[in-house]
Amino acid sequence: MTLATDDGVAIRAEGIGVSFGGVPVLSDVTLEILPGEIHGLIGENGAGKSTLGKVFGGYYQASTGSLRIFGEDVPKWDPPTALANGVAMMHQELQLVPALTVAQNVYLGLEHQSWSILHRDEAGRLKKLMENSGFELDPNAVVGDLPIADQQKIEILRALARNAKVIVMDEPTSSLSKDEVDQLHKSMQTLRDEGRTVIYVSHFLEDILAVTDRVTALRDGRFVKTSITSDESRSSLVSAMLGGGKMETPFPAKVRPAAAIPVLEVEDLRSATGVKGATLLIGKGEIVGLVGLVGSGRSEIARAVIGADPAISGEVRLNGVPYADRTLAKSAEHGLVMVPEDRRRQGLVMTMAVRANMMLPHLDQFSSVGMVKTAEEKSRTRELIDHLRIRPAAVDGNVSKFSGGNQQKVLFGKWLVENPAIVILDEPSRGVDVGARERIHEAIAELAAAGTAILLISSEIDEVLGLAHRCYLVDRGRTVEEISPEDNTEASILSALFQHQAAVNTEMTS
Amino acid sequence: MSWYGFARFFQSYAVLVMIVLLMAALSFMSDSFLTFRNLLNILNQNTPLAIMAAAMTLVIIAGGFDLSVGSIFAMGAVCSAWLALHVDPYLGLFMAPVIGLALGIINGFAITLLNVHSFLATIATSLIFKGIAIVISDGRLIPVRMDEFTWLGRGKIGGAFISVWVMIAFALVLSIVLTRTTFGRRVLSVGGNEEAAILSGIRTNRIKIATFAIAGLAAGLASAIAASRISLGQASAGTGMELQAIAAVILGGTSIYGGVGAVWRSVAGVFLLALINNGFNILNADPFYRDLTTGLIILAAIGISASGRRR
Repeated sequence: MTLATDDGVAIRAEGIGVSFGGVPVLSDVTLEILPGEIHGLIGENGAGKSTLGKVFGGYYQASTGSLRIFGEDVPKWDPPTALANGVAMMHQELQLVPALTVAQNVYLGLEHQSWSILHRDEAGRLKKLMENSGFELDPNAVVGDLPIADQQKIEILRALARNAKVIVMDEPTSSLSKDEVDQLHKSMQTLRDEGRTVIYVSHFLEDILAVTDRVTALRDGRFVKTSITSDESRSSLVSAMLGGGKMETPFPAKVRPAAAIPVLEVEDLRSATGVKGATLLIGKGEIVGLVGLVGSGRSEIARAVIGADPAISGEVRLNGVPYADRTLAKSAEHGLVMVPEDRRRQGLVMTMAVRANMMLPHLDQFSSVGMVKTAEEKSRTRELIDHLRIRPAAVDGNVSKFSGGNQQKVLFGKWLVENPAIVILDEPSRGVDVGARERIHEAIAELAAAGTAILLISSEIDEVLGLAHRCYLVDRGRTVEEISPEDNTEASILSALFQHQAAVNTEMTS
Repeated sequence: MSWYGFARFFQSYAVLVMIVLLMAALSFMSDSFLTFRNLLNILNQNTPLAIMAAAMTLVIIAGGFDLSVGSIFAMGAVCSAWLALHVDPYLGLFMAPVIGLALGIINGFAITLLNVHSFLATIATSLIFKGIAIVISDGRLIPVRMDEFTWLGRGKIGGAFISVWVMIAFALVLSIVLTRTTFGRRVLSVGGNEEAAILSGIRTNRIKIATFAIAGLAAGLASAIAASRISLGQASAGTGMELQAIAAVILGGTSIYGGVGAVWRSVAGVFLLALINNGFNILNADPFYRDLTTGLIILAAIGISASGRRR
């Protein structure tokens, strides 16, 4: 392993491009990470910052471009190779073995052994490692009993035990308290002072401003700029993340509902899944958006409203009538349905055809005495295929072979079969091509114009602004503010969200 | 055709191809194979297993495994013989499927209430059911030499055994249930993507319980036929049948990961296994190689099943 850095650069990425299922996530990203710096990676939801971090760690393969690590070309780059070259990755979800001790976790796979018999000297080795690195943990504590902040230190020590010179941290603070964040920042500074490099991927601008030396902003999978952090401010970073005027397909015209007739009312809803006070109102024919950063609890609010997760307290009213003890089946009977965010995991049954997928929630309506009415199923499926322009237009097509956009349309159609009164759309256009996105947007607008109440959840703020009549900002499981899309821009909303976040942070420390 | 497409095609029809090849080879090698009598015998001997495999198909499609059907079979055989002897032969035959149904429902609740994999739960219930069967029979054979009891296994209608007609009817009904009913659609969805099924408002636990109930009912029905044919109930009946049934389902190309499968192919899988057996018998081949051959064929089928799923 060479410590010499012939050109003084730890990682040089040149023209990196990554795409998933034909949809580009990163394109032509060129940047340099220097040895001995804390380098922040920022960007909006979906800008590609985590993806770039994972490319460095070897978890994603770049389809174009090249990486030079400490001056050496690396044609093959996967997690073991990255580790061998001194690049370690700390994931958002920690990858530790809960039943083993701290020391056993740190040296997992590096144990000293003779003929497969362990020497069981990990605790001693860890003590030595900690003396040299300024971390302190009980080597014999069982990992599952430790708080997340300590578990993160174990991940760092694990990287150090493998002599990592670069550590990529992907959203490490998302489940930490303010104190723990401070501890993590101190750890980062310790690593830097030893001459190691930390790549800090985060959507918490305050944290990035507080601890990084340099910061790189990404937008729509493209490199925007790298700059010295002390030259930046929150507003300058926000504008770097948003840029000026994206090339966008136009949104369909908004049709104002004729009269304000409340259809769905939610009051101070709370759940064990992290909803901590959601209050909102949707009228007939109205599109209402929920805007928040990743992990703000938008989907959890939707799941608690519809009955996918049990609520602890709060009230939901449908057309003014309280609706308690919610279940998915009862919600569907009331015409309240949800298009879930993850079409592969939660939405479609990939082993079933288009028709079977679309009819799955509606089997009782399309059957008599338990026998499926095939002809009626086919004609309703055909109508929705035509309406949403699903391609291939095959009633019994194999969805697992469809493009992401057409799979998404099938999933959307699945919940339109019985003309619902209220539709919750969670990320309706994630990972779909431009054409499908446009058709889905039109269909959402048409649905509202026909009187359906719609709750729209999206990581893409411009999508919410372009479609919704009203929006709620969401932060840590709460609806914190109601805003009008007409009076706001993506930038003003982002900075409002960051402000709410910062406000909560100071509350927690005081 | 792509490799994936070929694998899927092969997964679906390999069992038929293998049956045809094996039948051709056996009729070429032995004159006594391709006789009406021999074929009818193969069919008749395997009706209990075919009934169990047909029901096992639904369990596996829904993402489960039922290792207790052999023990339910034992319970059914012992109970029907005991009832036939002590109460009424017709009641004995009738109660075997009812008892099987009840035990299957117990399986379903054990799995969904404890929230454990069906594999584990049915290992446990299998021992329990077998234990009860031994207690009821007091470890002895229960012979029932009554025409009112043996008609089901030995009687014939239209040149074929009654039991064969029962098996065909049962497999046909299950086939229709799987392909034409809302229940069948829900079974396919539970095995294909349970979370999507839950979010579609399907009570997936009920569906799972129902598949185990059907498997239990089938084992009970199979045991009534078998006990009636040999006019005997015994607690050691059915040993190993759960594994044969699962092997037949997999030979038929039903995905071991759930979500995909067909009832008729499992029945074909039973007859493929039976033909291998019969081949060894009529060719007087060394029976030492029988298990080895069967095992290799099942291994190949599992390999094909796995390759169709992972791309």
